[in-house]
This record gives sequence, C-alpha cells and structure tokens, in this order.
Amino acid sequence: MSPETFLRVLDPRPFSVAYAQPSRRPADGRYGENPNRLFKHTQFQVVLKPPPVNVQEIYLESLAAIGIDLRQHDLKFEEDNWEAPTLGAWGIGWQVMLDGQEITQFTYFQQCGGLDLDPISAEITYGLERIASFLQDVDSLYDVVWARTPNPVTYGEVRHLEEVQFSVYNFEQADVEKLWEHLRLYEAECQQLLSRAAQLPEELSPAERRRFPVLAAYDLCLKCSHLFNLLDARGAISVTERVGIIARIRVLAVGIAKAYSRMIARESHG
Amino acid sequence: MAELLLEVGLEEIPARMIADAQSELARRVEALLARQRLLESATTITSYSTPRRLAVRVQGVLTQQLDLQEELTGPSWKAAFPEGQPGPAAQAFAKKAGVPVTALKKITTPKGEYASATIQRPGQRAEKVLGEELGKEIGALSWPKTMYWRPNKPERFVRPLRWLLCLLGENVVPLEFAGIRAANVSYGHRILHGDRPIAIGRPADYLATLEAAFVVADVGLRRHRIRTALDAATRTLPGARWREDEALVEQVTHLTEWPTVLVGNFQSEFLVLPEEVLVTVMRDHQKYFAIEDKQHALASHFLAVLNTEVGPEGMAIIRHGNERVLRARFNDARFFWNYDQKLPLEQRVEKLKTVTFQRDLGSYYSKTESNLLMAKALGAAVAAQGIPLDHAALERAVLLAKTDLTTELVKEFTELQGIVGGLYARAQGLGEIVAQAIYSQYMPAGVEDSIPATVEGQILGLADRLATIAEMFAIGLEPSGSKDPFALRRAANGIVKILAESGLPLTLAALEAMALKSLPRAGAVGTFLKERLDFYLREVRGYAYDVVNAVLSTGLTTVTDAVARAQALTQVRGSDDLLAISTAFKRIKNILRQAEEKQDGDSVASESLTEPAERHLYAEALRVAPQVEAMRARQEYVEALERVATLRPAIDSFFDQVMVMAPEPHLRRNRLALIASVLNDFSRIADFSEIVPG
Repeated sequence: MSPETFLRVLDPRPFSVAYAQPSRRPADGRYGENPNRLFKHTQFQVVLKPPPVNVQEIYLESLAAIGIDLRQHDLKFEEDNWEAPTLGAWGIGWQVMLDGQEITQFTYFQQCGGLDLDPISAEITYGLERIASFLQDVDSLYDVVWARTPNPVTYGEVRHLEEVQFSVYNFEQADVEKLWEHLRLYEAECQQLLSRAAQLPEELSPAERRRFPVLAAYDLCLKCSHLFNLLDARGAISVTERVGIIARIRVLAVGIAKAYSRMIARESHG
Repeated sequence: MAELLLEVGLEEIPARMIADAQSELARRVEALLARQRLLESATTITSYSTPRRLAVRVQGVLTQQLDLQEELTGPSWKAAFPEGQPGPAAQAFAKKAGVPVTALKKITTPKGEYASATIQRPGQRAEKVLGEELGKEIGALSWPKTMYWRPNKPERFVRPLRWLLCLLGENVVPLEFAGIRAANVSYGHRILHGDRPIAIGRPADYLATLEAAFVVADVGLRRHRIRTALDAATRTLPGARWREDEALVEQVTHLTEWPTVLVGNFQSEFLVLPEEVLVTVMRDHQKYFAIEDKQHALASHFLAVLNTEVGPEGMAIIRHGNERVLRARFNDARFFWNYDQKLPLEQRVEKLKTVTFQRDLGSYYSKTESNLLMAKALGAAVAAQGIPLDHAALERAVLLAKTDLTTELVKEFTELQGIVGGLYARAQGLGEIVAQAIYSQYMPAGVEDSIPATVEGQILGLADRLATIAEMFAIGLEPSGSKDPFALRRAANGIVKILAESGLPLTLAALEAMALKSLPRAGAVGTFLKERLDFYLREVRGYAYDVVNAVLSTGLTTVTDAVARAQALTQVRGSDDLLAISTAFKRIKNILRQAEEKQDGDSVASESLTEPAERHLYAEALRVAPQVEAMRARQEYVEALERVATLRPAIDSFFDQVMVMAPEPHLRRNRLALIASVLNDFSRIADFSEIVPG
C-alpha cells in the first residue's frame, strides 16, 4: 500500500491522487504458466478525499473514457469489503463486475493504521492487466499488447521472465531463516524510529517535527509486510503463527499512523 | 385519507441484506403509523426493493392524527373539594390539566373517589409528524455491517444515502435523513435510463414510473421475470434444463433492477473436470446457472442473469466477455487440479501440522488424531451390533479426511472442502469406500441435505462432529444463547440426523460415553445432544412438543427408536382412552410426589389388596404388562400403546372407588406401591403424563 494512500488518507485535509502502482503478492505467482494469475500486477489507484457525492457516476464516466460503452455491457456493483490486516486498514465497498469480470475494487476507507478516518476517502483500484486484456480481448494476460510503437511489445515479453524467476524464488529458493532474520531487523529498526517519535519533545516546532522520518518508518513497515507475504508463500508460517505476525506488523502500522497524525495535527494548527 | 410512499435511495446495497431490510422498513413504517394514530383500520402495506432502493407504500394513511381524549386522574375528591367547594388542590390540578375547575369530575376507582379531568389533544398533520419521525425509523434499520461516509461521521448506514422520496398523496413529506431532504424525485436504471431524475406525481404512479425508467421495483415480479427468462433461454437449447437453485435466483434478484438472461457456452473439454468443481465455479464465483442435458449430466452451457437489456450486438459482446471469464476460471481450476496431483493426499498428512483447527486445540493433525480415536470407538460399537464395515478403509478415510485443506483447489474453492478430498482420493486410486467417506464427511449440510450413503462415511461424519463438540466443551467453548461461533449446534444436528436416518445402532448415551472417555471435562455433551434430538423431533420431524417430551422423558434408546415412538404416540394420542390414562398418570405422579412414604423398592403385597377395584387393577396390570413389554421389544409401538389404553376402565374404577391415602399405613403403602408399579411398567415407551389434551 503506497504511502500516497496509507499516509494521505490519515490527513483530515482534502486530497486527491491517482497513480499506477505495482502490487506484489508472492503467493499468487504461478511460474508464468497460468494465463490469469500474476505474482506482480499493476493497479491504477485513485484516492478521492472527501468522496464526491457522485463518485460512482464519475467512476462510470472513467470507464467510458477508456472506451467502454456501458450500453453494450453488463455492469454490477457487488458487495466486497477490502481489508489489509497487516496495515490495520479496511473499508466498505464493492467489486465492480463488467460482463462477469471483476475490473475494479471500489472502497470507502473506514480505518487506516487502526485509526478511524474522518473524512473518509474513496479508493478506486483499477486492475490494469485485466482491463487491458478485456479491452484487447485476449485470453492470456501475457498476450496483452503493452506498447505499440515502434513495434508491438507484449506483456509477456516484458514480464514473463520476472514471473518465472520470482515464482522460483518465492516458492523454492527464498531462504526462510534469512527471511525471518530480515523481518526481525526491519521490525526492530522501525520500532526504534517509532519509540523515538513518541519521545519527541512537545515544544518541538512543526518544522523540526517535519524532519522526523515517519516515511522511512513506513518504508520499513512495508518491507516487513512483504517479508510476511514471502514467508507465507514459502509455506513457513503456520496458521497459528499467522495471527501473531499480522499483529506484530499491525503494531508498526498503527504506530506510524499515530506519529504521522500527530505531525500533521501540529502542521494544521501551526 | 391518503397514500404514503417512502423510497430510500442508496448506492448498491449488498444483495444478502436487501430482503431483511425491506421487510424491516415496512414493519417500522407500519408501527410508526400505528403509534402516531395515523393508520386507518383497512390499510395495505406493500414494500419494494432493488439494489439501489428500499421502498414502502401504505394505502389508508390518515392525513391528520386522530384527536386524543385523555382522562387525567388528580387528587382525591375529598382533598380537592373540601366541603364540596374547590380547594387549592383542585385549582392546581385544573391548571395543570388546562381545564376550568368546573370541568373537573368525580370518578370512583377501587381506591376511592378522585378528581378527574378530560383533556383533548388535537391531532397533528400527518406530514409534520412523519417528517419528524420517519428519518429516525430509517436510521434505526439494522444492518450486518455499516459505514461512515460524511465528514464528522454523523451517522452509520449500510452504504451512502443518495436520495429520499417521500409523498403523502401528492404532497412531499418534509423528511430529512443523513443530510438529504425528501423530494418527489426518484432515479431509474444507471445505464438504461441514466442520471436524469424522474418525478413521481403520486404514490400510485410509483411502480409504473420506475418501470418506464427500466427498474422493476417489485421483488416478486422481478423474481418471476428472471425465472421466466431462464426458462425461455433454456428452450433455445434442445433437451436442456437449467439446474434449479433457489438461493441463486434470490441472489440475482437482489443484484438486478432490470434483469435479462444470457445463454453462454464453454468448451466441452472442461467437462472432464468434476461436475462439483465446474458448478461451484459457475454458481459461487460467477453467479451462473448450470445447464444439464436429458440425462441430468452437465452440459457445456450456462445462463447469466444480466442487469441490463441490449440488442443482438451488445448480447454478443456480453456473451463473449462472460465466456472469456469462465474459460479463465475453468483454466485456473484445471491448473489447480493438475498441480495438486503432484502431491498425493497420503503425503499431505504431515502438512496438517501447519493448519490450525482452533487456537487452543491445535492443528488439523491433532484434530485428525482425535477423529481417529473417536472413529475407532464408533466403528467397534457399530461392528459389535453386527453392522458390516471396512475398518481399514474407515481409518484411512479419517486419516486423509482433512488433507484436502492443503490443496490449491480447496484454498481457491473453500466450499469444496471434503468434496475435493473425495475426488482426489478416487483419482489417486484409494478405493471407493475411502473416497466416498471423505467426499461426504460434511453431509448433511443442513436439515434438507441427505446423510452420507455409506456406513464408513456416516461414522467419519459422526466422529468428526463428536470430537469437535467434545473438545470445544472441554475447553469451555460450548454455545450459549444466540452465540455459537463454532457452529456446534449445527454439528450436533448433523449427528442426530445421521443417527436418525442411518439407523446405526448407537444411542446418544453411547456417544456421550465415548466423548467423556477421552475428555472427562466435556460433561455437558449428553444434555447438549439430547437438546438437539428434541430440536430434531420437533422442528425437523414436526412432532408436537408434548409428544416429544413424553418420548424423551423415558429412557433414551437410539434416535431411530425415539422417532418410531414419537410417530406411534402421535398416531394414538388423540384417543379418549389414552388421554384418560395420561390424566391418571399425572394424578399418580402427584400422589407419589406428595406421599410421605418412600415407595422405593416396595412391592405390592397382593394379600393386602382389600377393595375389588384395586384387586382388579392389580390383576389387569399383571396381565397386560407382559403383552405390552413383548410388543415394545418388537417395536410395535402403536399396538403397545393401544394395549396400554385398554387399562383405562381398571384405572378409572380404581380412582373412583379406592382411597389411596388410606388412614391405615399398610393399606396406604400397598396402594402407593401398586400405582407406582403401574406408572413404571407402562411408561417405558412414553411418559403419558407429559401429554397435554389438545
């Protein structure tokens, strides 16, 4: 989860952003053999805070803008509530189904880093590979034409090797002991930053407070989250341990959310 | 009198929540109107819903509240009117009631005479009352999951509110909720009608106006249209039928405002995958209806319910898209199927150590160990009664039953747990008995579902559930009230149903003993199972509660035997003779309860029977008891109960002519012993004293 989303939604001030974001899910890797599953895919993220009253209609217009004539398609908003337990983030929303294909996750964020959000944000996540294969009408994500000039390049040409090699690493070769060790190290460094953040003197000026590296702490937290996913893909986490590790990373995310909120609270008052 | 229409416009409500919300809103509006004295006696309440709206229409709403006349009771008449003249107390009361002192009346109550005032409360205009109150009712709707959307989080609701339509006759009710004021405007289908508001002139125009804007708000009508369209679409495929699926019809009804149906196809090469997998992909993941041919075999077509209406060109596009998605899904399933075969179930047992069953109870590996112990005990008990079973296959099935939890296919399609294990066992040549038992371990899934077909499957199903219940009880996780997070009641219902329908010679007491043997702390298991048997007899089999009480108050035999006795008792309970016996047995129980002497062990001394009526009863009981006992042993319960009923004249004349509580201790003791033995000997099929004359 990009800091553009995780941290920005904590801020009470209006904010909107759109960006393309690679999303890595080690357990979803299929060695490049499955035409519909990817270890890494690309999301187009849109965050709107506060959500406009007609946010759904705006979303539908965005589909029209990329060439989908909704009068010739079947569209449904079906209940699907998004959640990222390691980051203490969740929301209420839908998966948007177009002709039976999920093309978007539409979420009204309710909590992030364990903090209640006010105002809330709408997050619209477009699955770019899926939408591209839909628009280009290809059966395999690897056949999507990713660039046309000067010569067409397919998604497979660009990404297949990565899918194969990372599946091999994630499932077979990642060194479990070292992954645990990395997790401990990143966690410890993140904790250290967070405890220093908690001890910042009250009289610190907003400018001095701004220098404190909350963003770096978040970076470390994301590394922990990814290591957790790697260990999970490697089959190294029993279901029992799982809950405990999620809780450990969540503690970091909550600490970061609190530190960031304190920082911006001073900013908006100062 | 006028018609009221309320429509709550929302962003898409989750399909699973709509039906309940629709009826709750109707209930709330009706209760509000009644509470506010706005309801005519002849009212019709109808409610509607689509994914984007909940609506209620009420015919027969008063435009003005009825005036209310209230009687206020004040101070005692004496205190208010000392010497017949109004005193300060009367003045104060009249002022408070807002009437002149001269209007006070004397009323007589059981407590004495009091001053009383009649006051008139004029009714208010309905629009005003409803404008103030309806918003609260909308806000009070209960939802399984709610959200905030407005800054400062003023309210939680299922999804953001987008519009309110509220009309009383042709007038807008000034209602406000979640920052939105009601108007006379609604909205049509997102795509087919677009964002243009539509004016609704009066409540009676609601359905027709929406229909013109491509919204069928009447849920029953929408369901009917879907069924008709499914039928029509199926007729284009010669010899085909769509697989009835009420839950899916319900779901798509609540996902659409303007439903149409599409016929799609998939490559027949996918038909080599098990039907269970194909149907699950279509039903659970794509909400498609499966199609079968004349032989009920799955055909390579599907039906999708769309929320739009398009011409042939659009239909081709939508069909193409849906077929593409299904192909991808089937490809996934085939990928998982082939991938999973690389590690046979037998090599997955060890992996269960990493799959948690329950936090305090450890992994599925230890769960499997408990299941094995339980299954061996059950198998031995069943075999001892002469039921043939394959012990080795049973143990193999129990050992492998949970291994499919480690497969990719079950991780992807969790609802196929058990079924996938069974299919893999078959594919891996583990034998039909093992495969069948694993496949059917979660049957019955509910009261309608059937039980496992084989003895081994039945025992696996019993062992799994019984071990779970015993282990949960042993660590204090028994269900309480409405809380049953581990669905233990459902598990116990499954046990009772398997026992009832398999005819396995196992009593609940035997099951309890097996549970307690390994887990002595699971003490309440016996009572719990008995409660579920009670539930089964009443709710599933439909026996009257007194019949069930009568059957369960006697010693517990097997579940099938309890069913047979309940059936027999239901058949004969209406007879006068049996009702008379029931009354007599109640009387016997009362006498015995009140009698000071303990009857334990006392036997009847025939020489002390002095009265003819008691000698007669004694002789009759001696004569009939062995006959009844023989019939009971042959499970001829109707005949046995009818024979018990023949005791009526002897019992009646005994109570008419003999005084049980005679002053002479030896006579008294003897008579008590006589009635105690009658009660004992003839209450073995059912406790007649529980029967309530209907």
